[in-house]
Amino acid sequence: MSETIKTHPELAEIFNKDEERVDWHDETLWWIRQKRDKSAHSIPEWEQLRETASQIKNNVLSDLANYLLAFEKNAKANGIIVHWAANAEEHNQQVHSILKVHGIQQMVKSKSMLTEECHLNEYLEKHGMDVIDSDLGERIVQLAKEPPSHIVLPCIHKKKEEIGDLFHIHLGSPAGTSDPQVLTETARQHLRETFLTRKAALTGVNFAIAATGEFVVCTNEGNADMGAHLADVHIASMGIEKIIPDRKHLGVFLRLLTRSATGQPITTYSSHFKKPRKGQEMHIIIVDNGRTIQMGREDFRASLKCIRCGACMNTCPVYRRSGGHSYHNAISGPIGAILAPNLDMKKYADLPFASTLCGSCSNVCPVKIDIHQQLYKWRQVIVKEGYADTSKKLGMQLMTFTLSSPTVYRTAGKAGRWVLKHIPFAVNNQFNPWYKHRDMPEAPAESFGEWYKKNVTDK
Amino acid sequence: MKVGLFIPCYVDQFYPNAGIATYQLLRKLGVDVTYPAGQTCCGQPMANSGFEHLTGDCNRLFLDNFSGFDYIVSPSGSCVLHIKDHLHVENAEAEATVVRTKVYELVEFLVDILKVKDLKAKFPHKVGLHQSCHGQRGLYLTQMTELVAPYFSKPGQLLSQVEGLELISLSREDECCGFGGTFCVVEEAVSVKMGKDRVKDHLTHGAEYIIGADMSCLMHMEGILKRENSTVKVMHIAEILNAE
Repeated sequence: MSETIKTHPELAEIFNKDEERVDWHDETLWWIRQKRDKSAHSIPEWEQLRETASQIKNNVLSDLANYLLAFEKNAKANGIIVHWAANAEEHNQQVHSILKVHGIQQMVKSKSMLTEECHLNEYLEKHGMDVIDSDLGERIVQLAKEPPSHIVLPCIHKKKEEIGDLFHIHLGSPAGTSDPQVLTETARQHLRETFLTRKAALTGVNFAIAATGEFVVCTNEGNADMGAHLADVHIASMGIEKIIPDRKHLGVFLRLLTRSATGQPITTYSSHFKKPRKGQEMHIIIVDNGRTIQMGREDFRASLKCIRCGACMNTCPVYRRSGGHSYHNAISGPIGAILAPNLDMKKYADLPFASTLCGSCSNVCPVKIDIHQQLYKWRQVIVKEGYADTSKKLGMQLMTFTLSSPTVYRTAGKAGRWVLKHIPFAVNNQFNPWYKHRDMPEAPAESFGEWYKKNVTDK
Repeated sequence: MKVGLFIPCYVDQFYPNAGIATYQLLRKLGVDVTYPAGQTCCGQPMANSGFEHLTGDCNRLFLDNFSGFDYIVSPSGSCVLHIKDHLHVENAEAEATVVRTKVYELVEFLVDILKVKDLKAKFPHKVGLHQSCHGQRGLYLTQMTELVAPYFSKPGQLLSQVEGLELISLSREDECCGFGGTFCVVEEAVSVKMGKDRVKDHLTHGAEYIIGADMSCLMHMEGILKRENSTVKVMHIAEILNAE
């Protein structure tokens, strides 16, 4: 039997079996949402900043080809080697071949959601390469052999005791230690050794500046810098949408990025990489992997404005109570749910439905992506393309039949209320998902329509 | 001013009291209000499930029932938002466009159109106000906590006119209750957890009633309250504003 992927509702149900843990997960992320609020509310021009960022990104998307060519030209002039990758496979092959040319078998990698999307680690491991993630959270999930559950906080689903156990097994920290300071020091020593011995470092790219050919990498741990500055070969992987036109635009995004993400005023390190140092080789791989298809979908192209801050996840009441892994995609949460169907509509048909369309995601988005409206639109596309299951389709057709005729509607309503009143067990049973944890509403003696007919005689 | 009363299907069938209160309140305020008998549903249950293409007949029915009115008023933010955003009718798009601009949720109609300042209502209880997302983030009934913008609350403005009513504060002012239409059954586990958490916030702050402008959220929370054998009740805001 081929591997069947569990859907968001199934995975979320499993996650919800441990209610105490759900509460802990929810409260942890809500705390971050509150930090974001506090930070945003300290900037009177916050909404103007969001609007500015949104317009800069709109401009970029409307002329992306030219911006990319300008970036390539300027990066090359700076001495950077530029590669283009149409998809994940090409990207992975390019990384592999750069390493092969240099006879390198070990690489250190800082945070890059793009490489998660491309499954680079698995690819390189299959080809005998050793990759160590240097972002602390990423390293933790790597040791646990799990994907990140959040784009900014990869191991937010793990408690410190669990991290202590992992470090004890893999990094030799004393058994039973969960003191964050001890654990961080353990990771620091382990990674220091890694930084000093790796000849190649891969980093992500937060912003690529078209006018100068330089790119900016934002981290809190300085791990991208440690890797890149010590390695002979620096590879930076970027999605085509990471472009901003000019250096002056960077201020807008740096002010928004971490305030939205964690409530910090700015990342600890916002490092500009413009040219290789003497004796170093610097590569940039510019990756499409479905982005141009998304560009062509008018309703969904704005999703490419995303700067990967994770604010939509922290605010999402569904994400907080289902955990990142329930989205079974490299990028989880509301933004993942509008990006993923573009890559594989069948596999991710469940994700746009993993939302109440409450709209909080769109309100916190620093680049004003209309996330909840795109979720609604994806639902229409997914159903039209035939990815809704048959029972749902039948249910909807029956509902449509009932609601399309006042007579049928009134008869059905009356019948339904009669059933609820006289034979409630027909509804209150295990086949009714509503009834599992909620009582059904009480059936009134008459509908509003019936009351109106009886009582309002002057009409 | 001729007002058409739009009573959403589930309010009609399960919560007629919310509809009756809306009707009586509007009459009390001197509004010439009529309930067109041929109405059914706004079509949102299908549309939010991805079946917007099946809502043609619902849309046409809506237009047939309501196009003659100066205003269309409904005690549901969610259904009103759906009409505002998605009412389209083939060969009658101009008419549909007019209807989209004439439809009002009850609270916004009272505050923005009738400019109600002196309600004669009395409800001496501790009340928790649930901000339904579509009313709040879609119709801007209340300022949203995510935005850096001046605070306002249209339901708050009306509730402050109700004698004896004590509005409690909540830890999370505008978090979704998890109803979400078909979400409540498709994503049963998360929906219930969201509902339980929302109810808990009201209970820990001493609410005797959980009220709101959308009966659907309240129906979901009522189901949880009843299952937990709580004595706390849910009530539509129209019933409070109409209470004497």
